[in-house]
Amino acid sequence: MQEEKYQKLKAIVQTYLPDDVSAEEIQLESNFTQELNINSANLVDIVLDVEDAFDIMLENEDMDGMQTVKDALEIIDTKLAAK
Amino acid sequence: MRNRVVVTGMGVCAPNGVGLHEFVTSLKNGTSGIQFHPELEKLNFSCQIAGKPNIDTIYLNKYFTNVQLKGLNASGVFYGVIAGRDAWEDAGLTIAGSENPDWDSGIVFGTGILGVDKFREAIYQVDEGNVRRLGSTSVIQTMASGISAYLGGMLGCGNQVTTNSSACTTGTEALLMGYDRIKNGKVKRMLVGSCSDSGPYVWGGFDAMRILPRNYNDTPEEASRPMSASAAGFVPGSGAGALVLESLDSALERGATIYGEVIGGAVNSGGQRSGGSMTAPNNEAVQRCIASAIKDASIEPNAIDAINGHLTATTKDPDELKNWSVALGRSEADFPYVNSFKGHFGHCLAAAGSIECVGTLLQFKEKQIFGNINCEDIHPEIDKFIDASKIPTTTLAIAPKIIAKASFGFGDVNACAIFKAYS
Repeated sequence: MQEEKYQKLKAIVQTYLPDDVSAEEIQLESNFTQELNINSANLVDIVLDVEDAFDIMLENEDMDGMQTVKDALEIIDTKLAAK
Repeated sequence: MRNRVVVTGMGVCAPNGVGLHEFVTSLKNGTSGIQFHPELEKLNFSCQIAGKPNIDTIYLNKYFTNVQLKGLNASGVFYGVIAGRDAWEDAGLTIAGSENPDWDSGIVFGTGILGVDKFREAIYQVDEGNVRRLGSTSVIQTMASGISAYLGGMLGCGNQVTTNSSACTTGTEALLMGYDRIKNGKVKRMLVGSCSDSGPYVWGGFDAMRILPRNYNDTPEEASRPMSASAAGFVPGSGAGALVLESLDSALERGATIYGEVIGGAVNSGGQRSGGSMTAPNNEAVQRCIASAIKDASIEPNAIDAINGHLTATTKDPDELKNWSVALGRSEADFPYVNSFKGHFGHCLAAAGSIECVGTLLQFKEKQIFGNINCEDIHPEIDKFIDASKIPTTTLAIAPKIIAKASFGFGDVNACAIFKAYS
């Protein structure tokens, strides 16, 4: 289940990677902007895609705390649990 | 220190050809880029034909990253980036490395309105209370300077990067802004050009003004008729044109191919006085603009071999040619050859000037004067003072040395550039 969520998130993140960063570089601990080199403006788009994919809604504060792939998974878990 | 300014690269995304090769072939052969658009019929447009570049077969990843392509819904950005990057490549220029921008290169890339389809998306979201769902690219796709910003980042330009806007004068004005900057030694090279979105939201306002042809929906290729007695209004178009301007020193140093030289130009406004209005030109202002450009180029009016007019295929075409005739002091068989490419691809609005400048300069390279289409029946008012032989209906094997190109726009604004073959 957890693996399924991770793969789903990875698939979203992958579409915002710069052309010179490969999908294999996405790890649980990867920092979106620092390590994966994702433009910080695109975090907004990742949040929207996550909302659609998991049928949840993230608040502005959730986005502020979302720095790594792991952070995002935890926020997704929390939101799914609260449903 | 006044630099000489030459054109070393060009790119085009026009309704009758994407890329220089397709474009020049269409211009030479009189191939039309005007088509019937079922979407316009469905929306009850009177004029259901338009000029729209066909980019369906273009490999977009050559121009954009995957992230840039995600949610990109601004046709002007597609056209402008394709033309702009092609011009850069055509000039043999490379892209700045990831660390430092190229401080000696800048951009003036104009538009009238950008990303209208993206803006429409945003309006629906906002009206439904979903502003948080707009995503990150609503602003950059719809700000006027979006086009220069996209290109600036892609190429890594570190000099002035800006967007101008002056209606249908935009493209020619952009060229003259870049020309001034290089001439005055502020930069080595400038990518100049303009783009215009396609689609019903751009063209609708003109349809509403009843200034577009209504009776050619079944015969789109015959609809755009500059200088013709049967001209019935301009056919709306879209696309982009781009030119790399460079100081002659820089071009020679790089061993660049030179398409031609910009030897002068002028911009002005008729102040919406003396017959000029928001939508009509003050004739004296047009004449002054042309005369100033000639003076700026330090040539005599009789040195001009050919004119590429604004000539949109409205009832104003005879007035425009009268203005040229007065400004140059030339008429009848002494009048320069004159053509308008709007017969081929309609009026590309903010992109018109830049696309037509590209076509104008290609005449030097091809050593030809491209023929007009749809003006076999020259307007009787024009026939009175210009010899028919000066309005060619087929491409002539005559190598022009100096060509004047003008664009005029809503707001009573004018621009005229003078190009010379480089030797």
